[in-house]
Amino acid sequence: MQASQTSSSTETAEKPVVTRRLDRMFLALSDVASFVGQFFKEVFAPPYEGKEIIRQCYEVGVRSLPLISLTGFITGIVFTNQSRPSLATFGATSWLPSLISIALVRALAPLVTALIASGRVGSNIGAELGSMRVTEQIEAMEVSGTNPFKFLVVTRVIATTFMIPTLAMFFVFLGVMGSYVNVAQNEKTSFMSFIETFFSSITFLDINSTIIKSLIFGFTIGIVGCYKGYNSSKGTEGVGKAANASVVTSMFLVFIEELLFLQVINAIRAA
Amino acid sequence: MNPKKPVNHQKEAVITIRNLKISFGDLHVLRGVDLDLYQGENLVVLGRSGTGKSVLIKIIAGLLEPDQGSVNVLGEDVGKLNKRELDALRLKLGFSFQNSALYDSMTVRENLEFPLIRNVRNLSRADINKAVEEALADVGLSQTINQMPSELSGGQRKRIGIARTLILKPEIMLYDEPTAGLDPITSNEINHLINEVQERHNTSSIIITHDLTCAKAVGDRIAMLLDGRFERQGTFDEVFEDSNDERAKQFYEYNFVN
Repeated sequence: MQASQTSSSTETAEKPVVTRRLDRMFLALSDVASFVGQFFKEVFAPPYEGKEIIRQCYEVGVRSLPLISLTGFITGIVFTNQSRPSLATFGATSWLPSLISIALVRALAPLVTALIASGRVGSNIGAELGSMRVTEQIEAMEVSGTNPFKFLVVTRVIATTFMIPTLAMFFVFLGVMGSYVNVAQNEKTSFMSFIETFFSSITFLDINSTIIKSLIFGFTIGIVGCYKGYNSSKGTEGVGKAANASVVTSMFLVFIEELLFLQVINAIRAA
Repeated sequence: MNPKKPVNHQKEAVITIRNLKISFGDLHVLRGVDLDLYQGENLVVLGRSGTGKSVLIKIIAGLLEPDQGSVNVLGEDVGKLNKRELDALRLKLGFSFQNSALYDSMTVRENLEFPLIRNVRNLSRADINKAVEEALADVGLSQTINQMPSELSGGQRKRIGIARTLILKPEIMLYDEPTAGLDPITSNEINHLINEVQERHNTSSIIITHDLTCAKAVGDRIAMLLDGRFERQGTFDEVFEDSNDERAKQFYEYNFVN
């Protein structure tokens, strides 16, 4: 045993740092790929865990409503207020609803909702599954004839995938309300006229792309939180790390996806 | 304390382990383990911390894969079973975890219902309630039915963990450190419960522990894990009191003399 330890440590010492890091990175990537693959394998196979999916949708969706509502409403007010002086310079404050609609629907709603969900939902999933892993609850589920991946991971990922777009749409609604409150205080615009201008500036492509983008963000947040939590180790320290890594990784991926999606949508618009 | 009177078990092995080996990196935990668990007996696996006792029962339950060797449970080779067959076999095993592993987000009732609802079809609400109440009565904790695990003491959590495994009426019980972290009185209650489960449900059990008081109270047979192998097996007296093995003597003295 001592001999093998010595040879193993010699091998490790001989490998350059870059090679070791690349090895670890590719191993981690293959692990993630196999986790995502298992999700797609399990999601279509019965049993479908409908009751647990509904419970998770409630946890992700309904429990996030207060934070999303407040953020959406305030974003509407602040964005309108901050945009007014620039438009007023050109006497174009009547364009405010158009500007707000484009900003909210195309970028702010999906992105801000995803970032809030990364913090609230992603960390929650990471910590909950991490804690279940270190206290052997996941193993307990396995020995009692339940597929823990299906019950814990698949249900949560489905919930985030479908609840984030719903929350993003709700964010748009509250953002519009906030924006109108600010507009009504400063310009003589009726609510109907505001709404009409708001919707005249956006297209189905905008709405569809926002929904698709939010679906991708939701999937990312769910799968990252589950992956970090489900594979957590090293006791309570591991739980904290899982929660933290869920937030950081999902936020990072959300920004990358936003950038990539922007390029795709611009290409579709140009075509 | 007097050793438990051994049960008059039939010599039919319900678990047969042969040449079991497992390593984690360079650490060779089990180095060729051979073990039989006979119908109706309580077998205590003793050993110091980190000797692979918990690893052994996790391999039996199919939670870990060995590097080498075979594990035969109730006539089935665990290593050769597919996922569905393994799940079916696991329903015949009751696994009591070291920290109870109760689901934190569920009440005691929901914890007990969970394996039942998911594994037994066509049960009415009345059947489920009856099974839950019976399992709780078995462990003497009927009053905790609507409590959350966080509201229970360590001993209560252990008992509820055992009740959750009993609800599926397993043939074999696997206890991982059942008395760890408990005071002597509660430990004694858990020892009684393990013996009651054996008598009432006619289960065969493997009890993993390093607590000699527990081993003496519940074990029909003791197997001592030393350096990754079962070096000593027999009744409590054979393993310890009539033994000249220094390691067994040291283990005994640290538990009972110091």
